[in-house]
Amino acid sequence: MWGYVGRRLALAIPTLLGASVIVFAMVHLAPGDPIAAVLPVDASKEQVELVKKAYGFDKPLPVQYLKWLGRVATGDLGKSIATRRAVILDVRDSLANSLVLALSSSLLAFMLGIALGLLAAFCQGRWVDKAASVLAVIGVSVPHYWAGIILIIVFSVWLNWLPAMGAANDPGLREYLRHIALPTVALALIPLGVITRVVRSAALDVLNQEFVLALRAKGLVSRRVFTHVVKNAAPQILTVLGLQFGFQLGGSVLVEAVFSWPGTGYLLNLAIFQRDIPVLQGVILVLAAFFVLLNLAVDLLQTLVDPRIARH
Amino acid sequence: MAVTALPRDLDAVVGAPMSYWRTVAWRLGRDPATLVAAAVLALIALSALLAPWLAPYDPSAGSIRLRLAPVGAPAHVLGTDEQGRDMLTRLLWGGRMTLVAGLTPVLVAFVVGTALGVLAGYIGGLTNTLVMRTMDIFYAFPAVLLAIAISGALGPGLPNTLISLSIVFVPRVVRVAESATVQVKSLEYIAAARASGAGVRAIVRHHLLANVLGPILVFASTQVSLSIILAAGLSFLGLGVTPPAAEWGLMLNTLRQSIYVNALVPALPGLAIFITSMAFNLLSDGLRDAMEIRA
Repeated sequence: MWGYVGRRLALAIPTLLGASVIVFAMVHLAPGDPIAAVLPVDASKEQVELVKKAYGFDKPLPVQYLKWLGRVATGDLGKSIATRRAVILDVRDSLANSLVLALSSSLLAFMLGIALGLLAAFCQGRWVDKAASVLAVIGVSVPHYWAGIILIIVFSVWLNWLPAMGAANDPGLREYLRHIALPTVALALIPLGVITRVVRSAALDVLNQEFVLALRAKGLVSRRVFTHVVKNAAPQILTVLGLQFGFQLGGSVLVEAVFSWPGTGYLLNLAIFQRDIPVLQGVILVLAAFFVLLNLAVDLLQTLVDPRIARH
Repeated sequence: MAVTALPRDLDAVVGAPMSYWRTVAWRLGRDPATLVAAAVLALIALSALLAPWLAPYDPSAGSIRLRLAPVGAPAHVLGTDEQGRDMLTRLLWGGRMTLVAGLTPVLVAFVVGTALGVLAGYIGGLTNTLVMRTMDIFYAFPAVLLAIAISGALGPGLPNTLISLSIVFVPRVVRVAESATVQVKSLEYIAAARASGAGVRAIVRHHLLANVLGPILVFASTQVSLSIILAAGLSFLGLGVTPPAAEWGLMLNTLRQSIYVNALVPALPGLAIFITSMAFNLLSDGLRDAMEIRA
């Protein structure tokens, strides 16, 4: 067990380093000069050299990478070219907003998805099962940015119940909830579809095993059988929950763009259009690190729930 | 493989057993959801292909006086967009772009990913470690983030969309191809082929590929809908196809501001993406069931 934990931890490090290489390379393979955004069009050659030197762009790429990695390791993600603020501050603020949105949408999707999936499995072949399957297909097929726009059309334009965009300016939980409601629903659709499917098939797998038949044969009531099924399906369900939560964090870019939600996706979008390279790098790197660590946590948690997994 | 003995198929049951692919085709033909999905996709593909002949107007010709005509307006069945261009025309033309941008990356991933995955799985050892660890790195990013990040760095345009989405899907196919190859490689018939003197090439081409292509194909088919949603999503963010070209995601983006004037017309391009992606999902579900592959 502990050997497995150690091995799994060791595997995360090269992955993180690789991710940092990709993030670094992505920007330097890109066409156009990374400093073009800060310079006036008619900048002289000396000015260009000066700015290049200031940002360290005059060194060879491997040197730039190592220097950058060294700074990143100490939590210094550089300064935004557009606002001159430290990138880490922008990323921190937006990450908090994204986390809240990821949590709220995950919570909604987890609860509904698990309930629907179990219900479908226990009513296999009946109309509840069919309805859940249809809902699941819709969930995984719907372009969530479009779903966001539809929600705005219905709840903001037609009914005028909820605000169409942004986070709340006034303090107060009520306003906050009103603003986060629509993005939460839009972002919950995909995980809802995925979780319903996985939970249904995981529960069915257990239901079809002989021990369930034995439990029923010895006269156990359905409610107790249910607990057995949930216990046995738990590791598989747990994995998909962890993965989906990670996807919510990185996948919210489009939904955040639709609702102008001030999270990492919104920041990333802004950075792309201002060609603000340090911010672009910072956001992606932090999100990737988060995602890798989350996957690690899910793996370890899974071994805890079902120690047999470590042996594979 | 239990084929139910219906009177119609008595021949197949009594006589020689049906070949695998004939069984698959037979099952697909009896699955209504898959058939409907296939018909819808055929219709979408055909209308996109024939857009220049089917479309009633020029996709870039608009008129300011006719801006945002509602659905059902005279001469414009599906209304007009914010520049007064006919929506039906642009939806037909837009389908071409969206389908190309969504299907190409999965095709590229299918070819490249299968080659890399089979290679890594069959050779094993250091090659396997190198290829698979490299692919693992791409798993450090959620798909949406990776696509947007690469497109954001490369800049807008269809070619860059294709590059970034291919980078998203290749590692996924490699993983599936590798694990399928490793599984099949350890089967006895491969050992028998090797014992009877078959070379690596012959084994891979005649014995291995036939048995791993099925699962890989099914997996690739499940990715098409995601690819279409992402391709349109990139355009929606302004990172994909550039205006004035018609593309569903881009149309959704430019029409977004108009929801306060006319709510129905801006919803249409997204509806088109939704229907297409759902049809692909249903088709791949049907294919998986028919091929008896557990994903």
